[in-house]
Amino acid sequence: MTHPHPIHGDDPLGIGPAPEGPQSPAVRIAAAGGIQEPPAPAVDLESLRDRPTIRERIALAVIIAYCLFPMYWLVKLSMQVDGSSGAGLLPERLTLVNYAAVIRNPDFIYGFLNSILIAGAATLISITIGGAAAYALSRLPVSGGKYILFLVLAVSMFPAIAIIGPLFDMWRTIGLFDTRLGLVIPSVTFSLPLAIWIMASFFRELPRDLEHAAYMDGASPIQAFRKVMLPLAAPGVFTAAILVFIGAWNEFIFALSLTATRASRTVPVVISQFQGADSMEIPIGSISAAAVIVMVPLIIAVAIFQRRIVSGLTAGGVKG
Amino acid sequence: MERFDERRLGTVMVAPALALMALVVLWPVLQAFWLSLHRYNIKFPDDREWVGLSNYARVLEAGSWWEALVTTIIFTVLSVSIEFVLGLLMALMMHQAIGWKGPLRVSILVPWATITVVTALAWKWLYTPGIGIIATVLEPFIGADSCLLCSRWGAMWGMVFADVWKTAPFIGLLLLAGLQNISADLYEAAEVDGASTWDKFRHITLPMLKPAILVALLFRTLDSFRMFDLAFIMTGGANQTRTVSVLAYDQLINKLNIGVGSAISMLIFLLVFAIAFIFVRVLGANPQAEDR
Repeated sequence: MTHPHPIHGDDPLGIGPAPEGPQSPAVRIAAAGGIQEPPAPAVDLESLRDRPTIRERIALAVIIAYCLFPMYWLVKLSMQVDGSSGAGLLPERLTLVNYAAVIRNPDFIYGFLNSILIAGAATLISITIGGAAAYALSRLPVSGGKYILFLVLAVSMFPAIAIIGPLFDMWRTIGLFDTRLGLVIPSVTFSLPLAIWIMASFFRELPRDLEHAAYMDGASPIQAFRKVMLPLAAPGVFTAAILVFIGAWNEFIFALSLTATRASRTVPVVISQFQGADSMEIPIGSISAAAVIVMVPLIIAVAIFQRRIVSGLTAGGVKG
Repeated sequence: MERFDERRLGTVMVAPALALMALVVLWPVLQAFWLSLHRYNIKFPDDREWVGLSNYARVLEAGSWWEALVTTIIFTVLSVSIEFVLGLLMALMMHQAIGWKGPLRVSILVPWATITVVTALAWKWLYTPGIGIIATVLEPFIGADSCLLCSRWGAMWGMVFADVWKTAPFIGLLLLAGLQNISADLYEAAEVDGASTWDKFRHITLPMLKPAILVALLFRTLDSFRMFDLAFIMTGGANQTRTVSVLAYDQLINKLNIGVGSAISMLIFLLVFAIAFIFVRVLGANPQAEDR
């Protein structure tokens, strides 16, 4: 991204600083040649092209095709009768029977509902708890803040498999096994590092004077957070929410280990355990249809929030 | 006064996150360690006995552990290195090209957003004769009846390419962001000095990307090492494709053998810790400064 560069020197309207009289230190330093204004970038003819060249088009098309092809294959499998057109590039006869079967499948309906409830709740809680922690860690003097950040980082690297056993055992003892709450809790915990990291990087960029101005107006720290900082950091909070939701929606190993029935099974688990009427035959078309139904909302969300997602994923990662 | 208020508020605001991480991660890890020192199978709850380190001895003497460890290491090395080469290529292409930003960004994000279970199924079927086109393409090489996922190395490559599909675009995106932060002045100065494209890549692009690459490498290596979903769905661990996570899951949830399963879990935990330590201490990755 190039920023339009203001043209210095020209001042046709004559509203520049007066040549004499009191000047701000910055103006004086600049006048003394102490700080060089960056030169306006030379006009780069190359970047005036707004269309890719043929070679670039091919390269980009290859990337796009590579990224989308497996998804296309699922769509294709979902729209044909199992085994009808083999491995051809196009389905022989389009049909929606698989979709009709899936949306009448109670396991899938419950799974979809569970996924929405669990990922939704996990996102809300994680954003609330993580947002508070991110604010404190980036703007407030927290004793041991460095160690807390280290712990957050450690959790983000933590192998979930290492605690499946104790959680399985514990959840069975305290009645959380095969409940939605039993999945929300680990989901929230493991999304906290991401939530904290993204939101902290947004909070850090807000100017420090904001809180002080709020304090001057008689606000308490908590009011400064709620009334001033939170609204300004809303884009960061929203970005974190999208990423946490996608992460929670995709979560598999806890959902597989800590559930037993449709009371709490999420969509990934349902898809992985789909059975046909005949248990020997895998209903590929139906499973593909289920996968497509589950992917469509995600892909729409990605299309709408693409910029936010990219900025969230690369937050901090590019500041070097 | 204000300072004190801020400090108190800070503690209060951090507390819930800390408490949750302590309760759901730290406490269970300690418990896993404790359980790993016991003979404990949920099927026989009364036969619970302190056995010291003998669960570890049993795991380390078992061929299945070493086989799973080798599989996991091979998978990690192959997938992470291919992902990086491909991701870097994609980043360089996208950096050079103009236009198509929107469709490109959405396409790149699709594999990243795809549920791993769905990724695994899509690729499994692409590899399946009679269903997938990759099987058709491979037919002259491996025969019409033999499926890719039915041999050890075929399955290994099958899983690697599914993983590469899912993560290479994401790495491309991260590296693209890094590339866009490199000042054009550096390249211009190098051109004045008569540097070739390769020189510029080696002496400007790579060093400037190094911090971003190291952090991305660290997280990708850990992710691959913990890989569970792909093997679980694509092969079920057959044909020697069990990763250490699948092995632990098998002991813990299928066999309900919490003692031995916890010992495997603790070994995975130690290995993950060792990988992170090597990256941070030896290679100088700094995840605190530039996390994903």
